[in-house]
Amino acid sequence: MALKRRTKPATGAAKTPSVEQLLKYYREMLQIRRFEEKAGQMYGMGLIGGFCHLYIGQEAVVVGMQNALSLGDSVITSYRDHGHMLACGMDPKGVMAELTGRSGGYSRGKGGSMHMFSKAEHFYGGHGIVGAQMPLGTGLAFANRYRGTDRVSVTYCGDGAINQGQVYESFNMAALWKLPVIYVIENNKYGMGTSVQRASASTDLFERGAAYGIPGSQIDGMDVLATHAAAEEAVAHARAGKGPVILEMMTYRYRGHSMSDPAKYRTKEEVAKMRTEHDPIDLVRKRLIDGGLANEDALKAIDKEVKDLVTAAAEFAQESPEPDPSEVWTDVLLEA
Amino acid sequence: MVAMNMIQALRSAMDVMLERDPDVLVFGEDVGFFGGVFRCTEGLQQKYGKRRVFDSPIAEAGIIATAVGMGAYGLRPVVEIQFADYIYPATDQLISEAARLRYRSGGEFTAPLTVRSPYGGGIFGGQTHSQSPEAIFTHVAGLKTVIPSTPYDAKGLLIAAIEDDDPVIFFEPKRIYNGPFDGHHDRPVTPWAKHPASEVPEGYYRIDLGKAAIVRPGDAVTLLAYGTMVHVALAAAEEAGVDAEVIDLRTLNPLDIETIVASVRKTGRCVIVHEATRTGGFGGELSALVQEHCFHHLEAPIARVTGWDTPYPHAFEWEYFPGPKRVAEALRQAMEA
Repeated sequence: MALKRRTKPATGAAKTPSVEQLLKYYREMLQIRRFEEKAGQMYGMGLIGGFCHLYIGQEAVVVGMQNALSLGDSVITSYRDHGHMLACGMDPKGVMAELTGRSGGYSRGKGGSMHMFSKAEHFYGGHGIVGAQMPLGTGLAFANRYRGTDRVSVTYCGDGAINQGQVYESFNMAALWKLPVIYVIENNKYGMGTSVQRASASTDLFERGAAYGIPGSQIDGMDVLATHAAAEEAVAHARAGKGPVILEMMTYRYRGHSMSDPAKYRTKEEVAKMRTEHDPIDLVRKRLIDGGLANEDALKAIDKEVKDLVTAAAEFAQESPEPDPSEVWTDVLLEA
Repeated sequence: MVAMNMIQALRSAMDVMLERDPDVLVFGEDVGFFGGVFRCTEGLQQKYGKRRVFDSPIAEAGIIATAVGMGAYGLRPVVEIQFADYIYPATDQLISEAARLRYRSGGEFTAPLTVRSPYGGGIFGGQTHSQSPEAIFTHVAGLKTVIPSTPYDAKGLLIAAIEDDDPVIFFEPKRIYNGPFDGHHDRPVTPWAKHPASEVPEGYYRIDLGKAAIVRPGDAVTLLAYGTMVHVALAAAEEAGVDAEVIDLRTLNPLDIETIVASVRKTGRCVIVHEATRTGGFGGELSALVQEHCFHHLEAPIARVTGWDTPYPHAFEWEYFPGPKRVAEALRQAMEA
């Protein structure tokens, strides 16, 4: 792989997806969208406290990536993590119950929105400190190779994280040791209220590994076919022992950075334009309908299925009991 | 005098210092265009321009390290670390560089930077947005650590911190940015406007570092607190019906040991309150000092009411937070001993 900028899938990797695949992307992206909308609603009702960072708008990134992985590949990300957990196959009930701080949550209420994990799905967490997951993901890649597997590590971060010093310590080690890691930079254009242009001397973030010889590509992160094609290529590269890859996914978050964001740093028109012209779910829907690959009824059935799943998760998250206060002291260290 | 909440008071302090001293500059993550995640720097970039008030990348080590360089050269940077929980990448620079520059250069160079950072719990921030890491910094010789508890103190102390020729860690208790909080989370929030310490002069004034304040005189027991816990301590004294002398430390390092010792020698009892974890917390240092200075005056064991020795749990905010009930109980026990 060479360093290159592109907004279309690379030739060769751009296989025409099957109807089943398209429907799968549609279902998975819609599930994230509806889950996040419900989370936002429950936050507004006071059922979720503290910090909550929604993934709405960015669904095509994680769904395209995760569909290129197989079980055993490691995944790690930052605090905007609900979508990644769902795309990894984690149970929406357990994710939502963690948001409400209940005993049925993945961290039994002790982690909250930003901190959930699943050993079964090889999901190594949401991480609340910007950029801190980058060296961790590098370590996961090292461990994958050390154990003699061909598993890869997919390590996600946002555009804000890319100026943290530890990112470059990671890049150097990953290239030096030829580690099977794919760094996915989800460039949604704003680190909280600061645009990439105001925070980064070079805004082509896919080039950030150039000094270490790490190949990088810029991808249309609103198009799940583009993200998936790039993912397949990057995963094959890393799995073959050729070292790390950087994928810069150009994406957009529709909602604020967190739930208390006045969003004065961008215009309503900018958001509206992305929503109406580049929505990742609409794009797949259009492909299905216009291509005569699925009819409205089939998609409606998926909508209903997803809605029911999210409703069940929301109910579970409210019915699951509060954890026992004695759990404040458990899992600090291994108990004798 | 104008009624200000703590955010407005802090902004006013930076405004005054930017106006007075062309070497003062303000930067950090989201502080310029966005005005700070808690709006503390809102309007300052418009007033003083991007040359003096500006955004940095998300790079805490870089923010603090460049401020050390600026300070050594002669500038007076005021940097914001968005949450105290984000400060750890910069601890190398704070401990190995900022704190030791004066000593290892024989006093030739100093690092007169001020690091502002919101800290503490009470806002459901979970483990990466709620911590109280002050004891990590009080442990380091060469750093000063300041924690205000009212708008009036916040402004006067921040001005003194900016004027100070040594590095100052200025932790802002974010739970009381908008109003005093006595730990009764189930009651409506009171705004600062109803509190006398929200009356703040618009211009320049300073509160010298290293001076505690007796915020409630009393004879029965000395209650040491800082930040949000000052308000919890005051509520607990009333609720326990104990004539506690509540001392707001305001500066942890340098510490106003004279005020503490005079009080404990008078009361013979001492309860220490902080939100941070217990083991190795600043309460341990306070306890040792009180014992060293007041041993023959003590009529009861020194007690500590603190956060538990666990990460800050998402689901158990109020089990973790040392609220007025726990403080009142400690006061009663100290009186019965």
